[in-house]
Amino acid sequence: MRTVYADNAATTKMSKTAVAAMLPMLEEFYGNPSSLHTTGQIVKEKLDEARADIAKCLNAEPNEIYFTSCGTESDNLAIRTAAELGAKKGKKHIVTTAFEHHAVLHTVKKLEKQGFTVTYLPVSAHNGVLDASEVEAAIREDTALVTIMFANNEIGTIQPIEEIGRICREKKVLFHTDAVQAAGHLPIDVKKQNIDMLSLSAHKFHGPKGVGVLYAKRGVRLVNLMEGGAQEKGKRPGTENMAGIVAMAAAFKESCANMQEVSVRLTALRNKLIDGLSAIPHSALNGDREKRLPGNVNFSFEGIEGESLLLYLDDVGIEVSSGSACASASLDPSHVLLAIGVHREVAHGSVRISLGEDATEEDVDYILEKLPPIVADLREISPVWDALEKGTMTHRI
Amino acid sequence: MALYSEKVMDHFRHPRNVGKIDDADGVGEVGNVVCGDIMRMYIKVKDNIITDVKFNTFGCGSAIATSSMATELIMGKSIDEALELTNKAVVEALGGLPSHKIHCSVLAEEAVRAAIVDYFEKNHIEYDREKYAPKEDCEHCHAHDE
Repeated sequence: MRTVYADNAATTKMSKTAVAAMLPMLEEFYGNPSSLHTTGQIVKEKLDEARADIAKCLNAEPNEIYFTSCGTESDNLAIRTAAELGAKKGKKHIVTTAFEHHAVLHTVKKLEKQGFTVTYLPVSAHNGVLDASEVEAAIREDTALVTIMFANNEIGTIQPIEEIGRICREKKVLFHTDAVQAAGHLPIDVKKQNIDMLSLSAHKFHGPKGVGVLYAKRGVRLVNLMEGGAQEKGKRPGTENMAGIVAMAAAFKESCANMQEVSVRLTALRNKLIDGLSAIPHSALNGDREKRLPGNVNFSFEGIEGESLLLYLDDVGIEVSSGSACASASLDPSHVLLAIGVHREVAHGSVRISLGEDATEEDVDYILEKLPPIVADLREISPVWDALEKGTMTHRI
Repeated sequence: MALYSEKVMDHFRHPRNVGKIDDADGVGEVGNVVCGDIMRMYIKVKDNIITDVKFNTFGCGSAIATSSMATELIMGKSIDEALELTNKAVVEALGGLPSHKIHCSVLAEEAVRAAIVDYFEKNHIEYDREKYAPKEDCEHCHAHDE
């Protein structure tokens, strides 16, 4: 049976380049970069190289790159830093959006409990794309931080980062962006885009899991989440995950080099998939069609529930994720879909298909062959679809 | 361990007694579309015995599997026996469910009861209204929230 892994927004397969970069770090270059002897210093050089490579891809300076364990840690570090710096000046207001990743949302929610006020900008007006003027209007005298994701993890919509960066620079407010879904897939230039802090995670661009980066512009003094040794200028202590860091740098370099070509090819496949799925009656694309990540397709199908669709797709080798309540432990449908104004009952019937860079036309054809009949079968046994068809319930889409 | 047992996946992939009964003696519908699951159960009754049962479900894998299992457990049973069906029995018959999916089995139990109550009502059969009153809330949705 054909297997189409279409959950690349969840995680990606490591590239051959990344694996090749990683293995010698496990077998040969095992030293501790903090050691002064030869075995240690060889590894220190690898660490410096990795830092320089990543900085270059972001148009940052090497000393602005901090290695972390994941995107979540980077988000926590950035937000807590801004909160602490702000609080010292009596600034206890944060601007964010309603559809951030939980690493951001739960961190600012915790700060709310500690006396911060948070403005959650709405994202429903333009189908999941924020209006930068809303950011400008939300910034107050006591705003300590603006934190807005580069691209959304569920619906793939790309935010006007450069414009937001310019506004924050003018208003002299720290700007952090969670670029976990964007890094390696969209061009990032922290100088041009006026980004003060940026989070990324290796496993979203064919690097390994368990390693990430926080870029923090020179002058932004990070606040430790942990205390310990002098690694990462003492801001993120703990012996470096060298295998992960070196593999991440190799993967990032490769992704950035291939970005243009991959983006053009994936966008064409994505659009074909969107057009094909749009032929299913009472279905809708979630998020703006144009301003979205090259591989992201997120669809709602009325009258069915997403987890069932996901499991039946899995049975024919198509692996996706679902925004339904039942796919999570919380039993609430995706906060992202609710934030962009998707009706609760429709949000339950949503799936995210995130194509990887090795996706082919045949993969898309296979999805378009297998998915519509599964939707039809699930509708056949659905009392909701029955009610919609009889007119005792009103179609939302 | 996978999220679902083999038995759950079997009932999800090959649901038993799926469909409608046009001349059903009792029809019960429980759940809420906003919460993400609805079950509708149809029964045929002859001489106090459930001679046929069918279901329609909008919901996740375990919602479909628990509906399917519930229909198997009440098929051919007397009304009194069917009324005694518990969600626990459905879960056990399926070889277990993840804790956040237990509410699906509660819905299955309630769907069976709702269909029987409808049969009682249609045939003017006296029953304990308090005990078998339909639950119109969405409690099951959040009963197992963490």
